[in-house]
Amino acid sequence: MGRERMFNAAMVLALVLVPLWAWMTAEPFIITLATKVAILALAGVGLNIALGLGGLISLGHAAFFGIGGYAMGILASHAQTATPLMEWPFLIEGTNQMPVIWLVAVVASALAALIIGALSLRTSGVYFIMITLAFGQMLFYFAISWSAYGGEDGLSIWVRNEFPGVNTLDPIQFLAICYVILGAVLVFAARLARSPFGLALSAARQTSERVETVGLTPFRLRLTAFVISGAITGLAGALFADLNRFISPTMLSWHTSGEIMVFVILGGVGRLYGPVVGAALYILLEHLLGGVSDYWQVFLGVLLLLIVLFARGGLIGAITGREVAHD
Amino acid sequence: MTEPVLRVQNICKSFGALKASDDVSLDLYPGEIHALIGPNGAGKSTLIKQICGGLMPDSGRIEVLGRDVTTLDTVARARMGLGRTFQISSLAMEFTVLQNAVLGALGARGKAFRFFGNVMKDETLLAPARRALERVGLEEDASRRTADLSHGQRRQLEVAVALTLEPRLFLLDEPMAGLGGGGSKALTAFLDELRHEAPILLVEHDMDAVFALADRISVLVYGKVIATGTAEDIRANAEVRRAYLGEEDAA
Repeated sequence: MGRERMFNAAMVLALVLVPLWAWMTAEPFIITLATKVAILALAGVGLNIALGLGGLISLGHAAFFGIGGYAMGILASHAQTATPLMEWPFLIEGTNQMPVIWLVAVVASALAALIIGALSLRTSGVYFIMITLAFGQMLFYFAISWSAYGGEDGLSIWVRNEFPGVNTLDPIQFLAICYVILGAVLVFAARLARSPFGLALSAARQTSERVETVGLTPFRLRLTAFVISGAITGLAGALFADLNRFISPTMLSWHTSGEIMVFVILGGVGRLYGPVVGAALYILLEHLLGGVSDYWQVFLGVLLLLIVLFARGGLIGAITGREVAHD
Repeated sequence: MTEPVLRVQNICKSFGALKASDDVSLDLYPGEIHALIGPNGAGKSTLIKQICGGLMPDSGRIEVLGRDVTTLDTVARARMGLGRTFQISSLAMEFTVLQNAVLGALGARGKAFRFFGNVMKDETLLAPARRALERVGLEEDASRRTADLSHGQRRQLEVAVALTLEPRLFLLDEPMAGLGGGGSKALTAFLDELRHEAPILLVEHDMDAVFALADRISVLVYGKVIATGTAEDIRANAEVRRAYLGEEDAA
């Protein structure tokens, strides 16, 4: 077993043991923190497919995170007030069922990624970054002015949505749901990286003219990756909204895009567990240093600087060394 | 006579006042090696880009296998069977040697949109990739990182990736560059055989290789083809000697 796999296994163990310990000692706050880590890690795993595998520096992933969040908020708010979303030409009602909400969140954010990607992937480099940022901000300002769903103030959902057979109000059970989803998506991401598509996408990141001369269109590969990436981040947005029982335009702001990117860079760009490590570290720092100083992000900034300067593979890279090409 | 596999007809391409391709015509017949030579700045790279689809000619026509491809892009031409190598290696440097070869096999077989299954365990891709590496003599290096290869080995891998495409014609852009004497000899022998699989348009600075291999040679100077003919014709051509071969062929 390689060092990276051992490190990943240790990470998984910590993610399971810490909440278990918190549950036994009745520390619901720790469980909530772990849930937050899992959800933010999920958002990062989504971004990592575009960023790590595809080399697409998207500063607009908050758009998908927010769309997932608003999918939850809109459906659940209609369910709690028992008013339909629309009655004509056909009736659409709200719902408080998580599986339905997740499906809507995934489809909506995938669709948004398809549109945003189709337009922005015609550019590259700095222009791509700026266009994705612009799309994100567009949605952010739209949400601010969308008074039907809270506008600037956001929207509260009184009761957490339901999942058949699970008491989602129990923190440990909601955590379990998030863990299962994160685990499933990690398995998916690992298989994707090893698949024919993963190889072609990774090649397009390194040398797009080579990919063209073997008869593949880099644009199509990147767009597909962008859609998959957006869909996963959208799912994370829906879960995040359910964790807080609150949505607001902040989910769509470019700070959120930046934070998701920070998780990926902290942990290790292109590393399977990079976003998990990054999100865990971020939440840990926020929790520990946030108690010491309101300006804890200064320390985060220093850490980020050190990692970018000295450990290009993020924390995972610093600990386990250079990535070995997959077998 | 048989139809040419590649036919370039009267293409022109200008960058401002510079005529990079000035009414260039050349063709490539099955079973032959057609070498394109010319001093630096003669417009060889511009011509190759137009043949591959990376650059559109201002006027003129390019046919591959009898089909007009002038307006088709690189991807479409690659799918039609144009296998090229790059003058400056454009391999995926983070990949292993084998992964680069598998990428070629993957593209040629249109399997890029499969999201499951381990690509490096797919025998339908591994077999042609390994065969191509064996043919260029890189089978021992299959699991090395491409970035760690020597310059000459990268040229060999360029050729191997082109082989995995099983193309209908090869366009090799200076495959000998950086290969030492021994490697150059081995590649010359290899290309000598390869022409029977698919004809080769060979851009090369190594004159020994060009004169040993080429059935026909075209000389490009200032964007114009000043002569096309057999090695003997070209050696004997006064204009070519003056414009290009002068120094190298004096002995």
